[in-house]
Amino acid sequence: MNDNNTPNDWLFEITPKNKFFSLNLKEVWQYKDLLLLFVKRDIITVYKQTVLGPLWYLIQPLFTSVTFTIIFNNVAGIDTGTVPPFLFNLAGITVWNYFTACLTGTSDTFKANAAIFGKVYFPRIITPLSVVISNLVKFGIQFLIFIGFYIFYYFQGANLGLNSLILFFPILIVIMGILGLGLGMLISAMVTKYRDFTHLIGFGIQLLMYLSAVMYPMSLIKDKLPGYGWLVEYNPLAYIIETARYMLLDVGEVSVLGLSYTLAVTIAVFFIGLLVFNKTEKSFIDTV
Amino acid sequence: MKKDIILKAENISKQYRLGQVGTGTLSHDINRWWHKIRGKENPYLKIGETNDRSTKGTSDYVWALQDINFEVERGEVLGIIGKNGAGKSTLLKILSKVTAPTTGSIKSRGRIASLLEVGTGFNGEMTGRENIFLNGAILGMTKKEISSKLDEIIEFSGCERYIDTPVKRYSSGMTVRLAFAVAAFLEPEILVIDEVLAVGDAEFQKKAIGKMQDISREGGRTVLFVSHNMAAVKSLCTRGIVLENGNIKCQGDIDYIIEEYFNEIQVVNDGTRIKTIDNPLSSFNKWFIKDRNSFDIASDEKLKICFEFTSKENLRNCELGFVIRNFEGKILLGCNSRDFGGDYFNIKNGTYIFNFELSLPVIDGKYEIDISLVSNNNIIDHWVSETNLIVKNKFDSVLDKKWRGELNLKTYFRYDEIS
Repeated sequence: MNDNNTPNDWLFEITPKNKFFSLNLKEVWQYKDLLLLFVKRDIITVYKQTVLGPLWYLIQPLFTSVTFTIIFNNVAGIDTGTVPPFLFNLAGITVWNYFTACLTGTSDTFKANAAIFGKVYFPRIITPLSVVISNLVKFGIQFLIFIGFYIFYYFQGANLGLNSLILFFPILIVIMGILGLGLGMLISAMVTKYRDFTHLIGFGIQLLMYLSAVMYPMSLIKDKLPGYGWLVEYNPLAYIIETARYMLLDVGEVSVLGLSYTLAVTIAVFFIGLLVFNKTEKSFIDTV
Repeated sequence: MKKDIILKAENISKQYRLGQVGTGTLSHDINRWWHKIRGKENPYLKIGETNDRSTKGTSDYVWALQDINFEVERGEVLGIIGKNGAGKSTLLKILSKVTAPTTGSIKSRGRIASLLEVGTGFNGEMTGRENIFLNGAILGMTKKEISSKLDEIIEFSGCERYIDTPVKRYSSGMTVRLAFAVAAFLEPEILVIDEVLAVGDAEFQKKAIGKMQDISREGGRTVLFVSHNMAAVKSLCTRGIVLENGNIKCQGDIDYIIEEYFNEIQVVNDGTRIKTIDNPLSSFNKWFIKDRNSFDIASDEKLKICFEFTSKENLRNCELGFVIRNFEGKILLGCNSRDFGGDYFNIKNGTYIFNFELSLPVIDGKYEIDISLVSNNNIIDHWVSETNLIVKNKFDSVLDKKWRGELNLKTYFRYDEIS
């Protein structure tokens, strides 16, 4: 046993202020089991006491794609080239859904978990991380249905081609998850004090979808609305979705510049989000 | 021998903002930020007031804790007691890193696990077994640790039969047992516990207290324990801290601390009490000891305890029940007006004095008076007095307090040589 009272041998210290930037990765690693259990909880509790169970994951993107196909392609006449419009929309929506799920799931981290956070300490970042990971599973299921339709259309004789860049598709999804996580953490921190952001996020995401090239190719907006094209061009999400479609369906274009810009924004947003999140986690319980 | 300090709190203070957070938050934030960029101190730190719930203050900010300093030695069980709102829970929250102190710091040489609530993060949809893993992980255990103790946890909880049933089907008692069982197998160096023993049946409470004693004695672990259950505090803790309005009122040996605490809640007034049941029609007004101005008695004297009662109606078939409790809440004496051949009585509109003649051969201390009037089996008024009966003894025993027991009866000793 130690019985020397030198001030240096303390295991840790609880102080009013966090260091400017402190993500204790070692601590997060110690809690990896908790992360996995949270993911497991999120996944299994969604199906409990529903008749259709995981099918709900599939119904939403399918119906949205059908609606989009009718409105944007059949009525408004947006041209998707050689790709069947339904598949075009399904690809966009599947990828877009992962982003919104990450963003909405993480953006009320503090508010939704106030009961647990008020009673016990664990690295708070575990909670938004678990949201991003469990949504990845959900994304996987939705992606399977995309593959199903892809094969279906392929045998129908549609002109479909995978691009060799498909190997980078997982990286693209990770980037999207990190962007959603970063933005979500930023908003979750602000929601603790100003509830206004909860209202903002609801319709904000809807508006953002129209600016993210989900149901139209990026080139289209440049042609038809040259004055407002920059709105889409400055949106990193548009590049991700456009690139995803390029990889999966071989339509549209890939802009290296746009992707570099997206990557830079993602990294910046993630670190700002982490910073604000860390600052908030110490005393949010007094304001939430 | 040098002390082995495992936890040290230095000048811990915590400020809270009163009223609606939201209105004016932005302007205060901007003001705070403006002071910060000019390198000045946070302007709102100066204006806090002492946290006294009952008085009206002028400031929007209060200090829930102010300059708390204490040290805890390895293996010690520290009891933290105080009235509601004294700052106990705030202190525990800071210790368990749920919220940060406004000023000051806590230094620790061991891992702290906190149990501010049993069953944190329990999910009703998941089975008992799944919840053991989830709750254990939330409390800081790894999956491996939990797996190795799973059988013990299930056995301790006594919920074997339901372990693969969703927790939402459990009775509340079972949920608590399961949750406590998980917590009981935590193995941190420092365990912080808030009144979790106030749940479960008597058997389980006994088991829980026993388990906590094992943790501190055999495990050599340090425990910080907050409770209103003085019997539990007394049996578990070695040292204590009394908090009052966010300040440490006193700290020291647990017996001394509990006595101090009861001195604090003693309210001396003219014998009126707070009612526990509001009955606008008829109620007790006060109690007193006949021919006496104080509430002090000696343990060997005969006395008459009188209760003044005002009735606004005719009450038939009345009886009076009356108990005296010690400070641990244990009933020492219970009596009824019908005992020893008494009968029901009837009263009319008016004020009455009821009196009980008795003697109370108990050791020094403060005792609580609790009385109710019942008519036709309906409780008309039930009061727990805020004024205590104070027993003082006329002689000194050579024994230490812990050997004195509850009764103070005269004993006579002699010895004879028989062979």
